[in-house]
Amino acid sequence: MQKRFRLSGLALCEKEQRVRIKTFFLRLHISVPLRGFRGNKRGKVLQNNKVMAEYLEGRENQIVTKGVDSHELVGGKPSVAGSVSQRACVFCGSRVVLYPIADALHLVHGPIGCASYTWDIRGALSSGPELHRSSFSTDLREKNIVFGGQDKLYQALHELIDKHHPKAAFVYSTCIVGVIGDDVQSVCKRVQKEKNIPVIAVMAEGFQGSKKDGYKIACDALFSLIGTDESMEVSPLSINILGDFNLAGELWMLEEYYKKMGIQILAPITGDGRVKKVQNAHRAALNVVQCSGSMIHLAKLMKEKYGIPFIKVSYFGIEDMSDALYEVAKFFKDDSVMDKARELVKDQLTTLIPALEPYKRALQGKKAAIYVGGAFKAISLVKALRLIGMKTVIAGTQTGNTEDYRLLKTICDDGCIMVDDSNPVELSEFVKQTGADLFIGGVKERPIAYKLGIGFCDHNHERKLALAGYDGMLNFAKEVYETVTSPVWQFVSRTKNKE
Amino acid sequence: MQKAESIKQKVMPSGDTFASSCNACKQCTPLGACIAFKGLEGVLPMLHGSQGCATYIRRYLISHFREPVDIASSNFSEETTIFGGNKNFNTGIDNIITQYHPRVIAIASTCLSETIGEDVQRLIFEYQKTHNAMPDLPVMIFASTPSYQGTHSEGFHEAVFAAVKTLAESSGPVGDHINLFSNMISPEDIRHLKEIVEDFSIPVVLFPDYSDTLDNTSWDSYRRIPDGGTTVDELKKSAQAYASVELGYILNSGGMNGRIKDNGTKQSAGEFLKGKFDVPLVRTGLPIGILESDKFFEALSSISGKEIPMKYQRQRGRLVDLYIDGHKYVSDKRAVIYGEEDLVVALAAFAAEIGIKPVLCASGGESGKLAGTLREVLGSNYYEDMVVGQGMSFERMEEVMQELKPDLMIGNSKGYYIARKMDIPIVRTGFPIHDRLGAQHAHVLGYEGTMILFEQIVNTLLDDKQRKSPIGYKYM
Repeated sequence: MQKRFRLSGLALCEKEQRVRIKTFFLRLHISVPLRGFRGNKRGKVLQNNKVMAEYLEGRENQIVTKGVDSHELVGGKPSVAGSVSQRACVFCGSRVVLYPIADALHLVHGPIGCASYTWDIRGALSSGPELHRSSFSTDLREKNIVFGGQDKLYQALHELIDKHHPKAAFVYSTCIVGVIGDDVQSVCKRVQKEKNIPVIAVMAEGFQGSKKDGYKIACDALFSLIGTDESMEVSPLSINILGDFNLAGELWMLEEYYKKMGIQILAPITGDGRVKKVQNAHRAALNVVQCSGSMIHLAKLMKEKYGIPFIKVSYFGIEDMSDALYEVAKFFKDDSVMDKARELVKDQLTTLIPALEPYKRALQGKKAAIYVGGAFKAISLVKALRLIGMKTVIAGTQTGNTEDYRLLKTICDDGCIMVDDSNPVELSEFVKQTGADLFIGGVKERPIAYKLGIGFCDHNHERKLALAGYDGMLNFAKEVYETVTSPVWQFVSRTKNKE
Repeated sequence: MQKAESIKQKVMPSGDTFASSCNACKQCTPLGACIAFKGLEGVLPMLHGSQGCATYIRRYLISHFREPVDIASSNFSEETTIFGGNKNFNTGIDNIITQYHPRVIAIASTCLSETIGEDVQRLIFEYQKTHNAMPDLPVMIFASTPSYQGTHSEGFHEAVFAAVKTLAESSGPVGDHINLFSNMISPEDIRHLKEIVEDFSIPVVLFPDYSDTLDNTSWDSYRRIPDGGTTVDELKKSAQAYASVELGYILNSGGMNGRIKDNGTKQSAGEFLKGKFDVPLVRTGLPIGILESDKFFEALSSISGKEIPMKYQRQRGRLVDLYIDGHKYVSDKRAVIYGEEDLVVALAAFAAEIGIKPVLCASGGESGKLAGTLREVLGSNYYEDMVVGQGMSFERMEEVMQELKPDLMIGNSKGYYIARKMDIPIVRTGFPIHDRLGAQHAHVLGYEGTMILFEQIVNTLLDDKQRKSPIGYKYM
């Protein structure tokens, strides 16, 4: 029944196009099949309690089963000592956000590990310079720890700027630098004066908090760059893209979409980023924020200082992608822009929807587990999975906050386990409990999925195919299909808790 | 002459004048310690420091071994950094015990906890004292691994030493078993070494044995701690071994980038057992190539008083035959060899014995012993124009390579970008291999492993030639 309704919806949107497309998708949001899971509710509760005993003390509020537990899912708490958290540190948060600025020097001030592990850590494709793909470190030694690393930093900056001529330099301060008290900021100031390029201290000592705190520090660093140049040509219909990192060319897709709508992307922050574009970002009419976890802070700062409004969007999945384009068009109150947006969405959907059909048929009723960085990504994933007939049974994030989780909860089905800052023990328990067929996460979750004998889709570092936009949706469906329906699972004897 | 001088300048670790490195050819010490610790049975490693260290290292190891790698962290906060990690340590251990029920908790320090002066040995002592009534209280092992000291290789050997030092106890007469400290090798090679020693009918304590823990089967249900590993009891009796065999000439004996207070006093596990329990120590290199494998097999033969089993004599014979079949394809080729120092020595010895010129031998490690060891091990096969680089980064390697014009790179996958840029083939071996499947099954040790490596090198060169040929030969 549900299925037929959806199909008729599709037929409608192909024929009549226009705003109906949107209402169709809005309906799709809420018309979620809730059957199946409820019948087993009691069993679930019992099982939950059994597993509950094994949760780490102090994590009770970070795990919620929708439709079973009444408490709210709390995010933003520091990780418990002794847990095998999937989260990274403050430094990592700053590093991944600033990393895609391709014509800047990124110098990690600390011992070698921090730089080594973030060398070319993910795609972050550039259409021009690729200085960001080299990993620079002051490679501190014991002697430097004892006598201070400031002089070394100063010398390193001079040498590297002379050699590579970057447009700006970011200096990342690591745990140890915070402890020995190198005055990174004063060194940066001095070099900035001498070399006449912005040299920005990113005070990202790992122990300060979690990855999310690192995002904020990166935003502050970006904010200090913004407004320091006015030389670019700016169209009245200009936007900044905040929070896309061009891991696999997503930004270039977006650029194409917006170009078709007659909109200029002034500064992509930070995917395929350039220092000059960031410096000019204050002159855009609108900030379009994706991955709100990392970039909302910058958007707020820019609104405060430059009066630039912002909207939150996601480019993942058909509905969110289309919404993103419509929202931008709506903002400019220009009919021709809106018409072009509709035209674009219609064009894309005419080819995409039929292309998705075979995948949807094959995947109908399969169950997915999601554990990703931020809550917005999780929300988009839930919706995208629904579009290809799949149900989300676990939705977790490393860095979501309580507010994000409230939103996530409204979108998830009953019985879906929601979890904040999880660990391998919990995740594997949940997968077993729910009988998921697919896990969506990062490299650290991959072996959990594979060991449990279920499919996996990388949504982070090691991804080489874009998942954003319409092409991305097809890529996603294809990848999910390829992993979930692979014949290799026949060799895995799964003690799955089938419903 | 001038050219040689300029190359030399690039290679010399410039000591005090060195300000920054680009694209390091090494990882930090705790990473090595975690690999070694995974070779213990029933272990959960914990890093005493901030959260990122454990997460990064896990990610790095998972991408190489493609297995779950659980490493806990004491998750330092700013407060912990100021007031000390006592509380986090205790909570951490509590939580690990609740969640994982491990037999061993192996703790490695990080630069953060070392610098604020955490006394982990005391923390362990106090925890054990206050929890002595707890049934199944895990054994705790501590390795001091600040990341500004040495590389992942030193961290690995430090952890091996720490485990042996903590556990080895003399409680009886000398047994009939030997210890085999197998260095940082692939799980497949660990299995092969065990097979060889078993074929000599020598009971063996191989450590660290991560051949199962980092290369497991598919599971029916998820295991928090994977099966396999060297047991605590085995390590306890390492003090009563008949002999220790240690693979690698350099291990953690280096000084240039070591801790100043440790200079010249560092011991390997084998040296420790020899010093404290009089366990005779036999040291050979990693058995790659015929000459180095011969040393290893002869050592086992003299320890056991048995002939080298026919199986291996046949393997050796087939390898010689293979060398002859393939020698023309590799003869006089100029290779760049890089990775951990002991691996570089073994690969260079192998390259030299098949007629490949190791024009550059580079390592991120800084023992100060690489050049001397190479000369000694390669002996009459030593290539006089060989450039030896310690404390090398990939950037400096690339600069040197631009002048040396090599035909081939042999080393881990991080050098791929140089191979791509210079359009030369690369044979991936060592750690890490992030861009290919099967790093855990890389088999290069013994006559059998050498055979695979030799074929890989020849076929890589042939593939390169075929790809670049306008003709498309069907016989090469």
